[in-house]
Amino acid sequence: MMTPDSVRTLAFKPPGSPLRRLTRRELLKRGLALGTGLVAGPGFIAGSGGAWAMELEALAPSSIATLLQMARDIYPHDRFGDELYAAAIKGHEDRAVTDADFKAMLESGIEDLDARAMAAGHESYLGAGWEADRVAILRDIEADPFFQTIRGSLVVGLYNQPAVWELLGYEGSSVEHGGYLERGFDDIAWL
Amino acid sequence: MSAPYELSDDSVVVIIGTGAGGGTLANALARQGVDVVALEAGGRHLPADYVNDEWASFGQLAWTDMRTTSGSWRVAKDFPNLPAWIVKAVGGSTTHWAGASLRFQPHEFWALSEYGKVDGANLLDWPISLTDLEPYYDVAEKRMGVTRTNGIPGLPGNNNFKVMKAGADNMGYQHCHTGRMAINPEPRDGRGACRQLGFCFQGCKMGAKWSTAYTEIPEGEATGKLEVRENAHVLMIEHDAAGKVSGVVYQDADGNRQVQRARVVCVAGNSIESPRLLLNSASSMFPDGLGNSSGQVGRNYMRHMTGSVYAAFEEPVHMYRGTTMAGIISDESRHDPSRGFVGGYEMETVSIGVPFTAAFLNPGGWGREFTAAMDNYANLAGMWLVGEDMPQQSNRITLSEEQDQFGMPAANVHFDDHPNDIAMRTHAYAQATALYESVGSTQTYPTPPYPSTHNLGTNRMSERADDGVVNGFGQSHDVDNLFVSDGSQFTTGGAENPTLTIVALALRQADYIARQMSEKAI
Repeated sequence: MMTPDSVRTLAFKPPGSPLRRLTRRELLKRGLALGTGLVAGPGFIAGSGGAWAMELEALAPSSIATLLQMARDIYPHDRFGDELYAAAIKGHEDRAVTDADFKAMLESGIEDLDARAMAAGHESYLGAGWEADRVAILRDIEADPFFQTIRGSLVVGLYNQPAVWELLGYEGSSVEHGGYLERGFDDIAWL
Repeated sequence: MSAPYELSDDSVVVIIGTGAGGGTLANALARQGVDVVALEAGGRHLPADYVNDEWASFGQLAWTDMRTTSGSWRVAKDFPNLPAWIVKAVGGSTTHWAGASLRFQPHEFWALSEYGKVDGANLLDWPISLTDLEPYYDVAEKRMGVTRTNGIPGLPGNNNFKVMKAGADNMGYQHCHTGRMAINPEPRDGRGACRQLGFCFQGCKMGAKWSTAYTEIPEGEATGKLEVRENAHVLMIEHDAAGKVSGVVYQDADGNRQVQRARVVCVAGNSIESPRLLLNSASSMFPDGLGNSSGQVGRNYMRHMTGSVYAAFEEPVHMYRGTTMAGIISDESRHDPSRGFVGGYEMETVSIGVPFTAAFLNPGGWGREFTAAMDNYANLAGMWLVGEDMPQQSNRITLSEEQDQFGMPAANVHFDDHPNDIAMRTHAYAQATALYESVGSTQTYPTPPYPSTHNLGTNRMSERADDGVVNGFGQSHDVDNLFVSDGSQFTTGGAENPTLTIVALALRQADYIARQMSEKAI
């Protein structure tokens, strides 16, 4: 659900504090491969190439890895890199630092995902190899506050990124370019 | 310049709200020499401040004070605290509107007589006719600079329009063009020309689209007869022992409560806030709310039958390039009960950017079906379907148990679709889908109504005091010096976007108020 509250908290500022990059050297020094293309160590999680990294104060690297997979399962865009999903869920880590109830809600939600995955014969939510298996789990919990919190923030946090607009072919702000009057507003040629 | 009036000055007309109704009325009264204080709940944002960014603009302009919802409409589930998408700023929702400026059709003033009684609907004829309003429509179109009137050419059609026009031709529709829009195709009246920015809903940075924020309001202020107080949030209206309204209580920009005395009070806060204000102004003399002897204040809430159809094509459309509402088909706006419903609807192109497509295409939707639609974004065309909905007694604004930031009961908005609304929407979805399929669409997305942008009917006009809240001039049946000056006066909704009619009604009301004041009748 998108209430004015979630709009206020998410729409008017970036979804979380910015991600940073790690050098390959830092990455090798600090991290271990987590699978699913991620590298993690104490207090951080990063993309395997170090293109993005998230310093973690509140949540475990494995929790972030699960949230990342969940985000991709909710809004699967195979052309989107992990950093776009990571940027969209970063706000949850930020909030969990100061909001213990919120942190507990996230952790129990993630635990529940893993329990449901195990009941279905998988090692964990991340261990369920097919998207359809993970989506079946999400369908079962889609009315829960945990799912609604993740999805409701993601629909703004993911799609309000200029990098996403570019991938989807949306050019965004036009006034600085003089609008679209001379930039293709009526250029359709296939009709 | 702007005239400062004393709080104790009881000779002024106080207007609550500065949108299409309030802003127009303030200007028209000031030009006739009447002293006006306009109280605006929002701040003053002008074209230099507007941003080409959907969520950032929403944060800047939208009314997001506490509201609650109930009823079976989908908005109550998906956006429980955002029943309406309207603006809190000087200029009100004329900042956000798309610019479509259509006159009512003659029969739409006589819905009860023309359509007959409809079960469950509270239809009523307006106490005025198109003939009464025509001279004011003329003035409104001229002041606003409406295309295809007053020798102003139509706007050029963008890609989204071209797809719609090709489909309209395939469907045999006869009335399809780039609309009657209050958007300058060329500089006019001190305003610039449209550069096809694609952000009409976010405030027009070119000032090409008419908004009271930078037309009626500054022109009114320049007469020296209009003072606009920004961030002045009205809490209630007071009356004297004789039952005449006497002043308005508001919270000022510094958080202090003030009372502005008044000779006349005009309520123009939109169809949610206006009835809420009257209900919050209940007193021992008016126990059910000010001006509510009929019990109709807040009832008959209409939001137009709406819905959108977006369609994906094999090739790019880039619908977001250029004016948001770039064209219209009027063939379905007739009253023709053989289609299975009374009243009619307009088909108008619409486009939203990626952020709002994600939020509104299928609220709550997720998974591959959803993201496949998002992946098609550049290849989407879209149209909005907007038609007459049925007034129902039970669709209404009431006082919520929740309070706003000032401790006043918030508005609860209750809405259920009438079977006629559903039949019309079903027909409109089918026609729009067939239109796009005729042009080769590979997918269509019947998109549910957005939070309401056309809010109407909650203080409706009526001939008889029992049937409604105000008379044919928007004057309260109960309190002579209390007026309603926004879309809440509408007796029925018509198929057309309401702004032009709100402006015409405000111009007509201004003449009436000035005359009544000079005759000392009020």
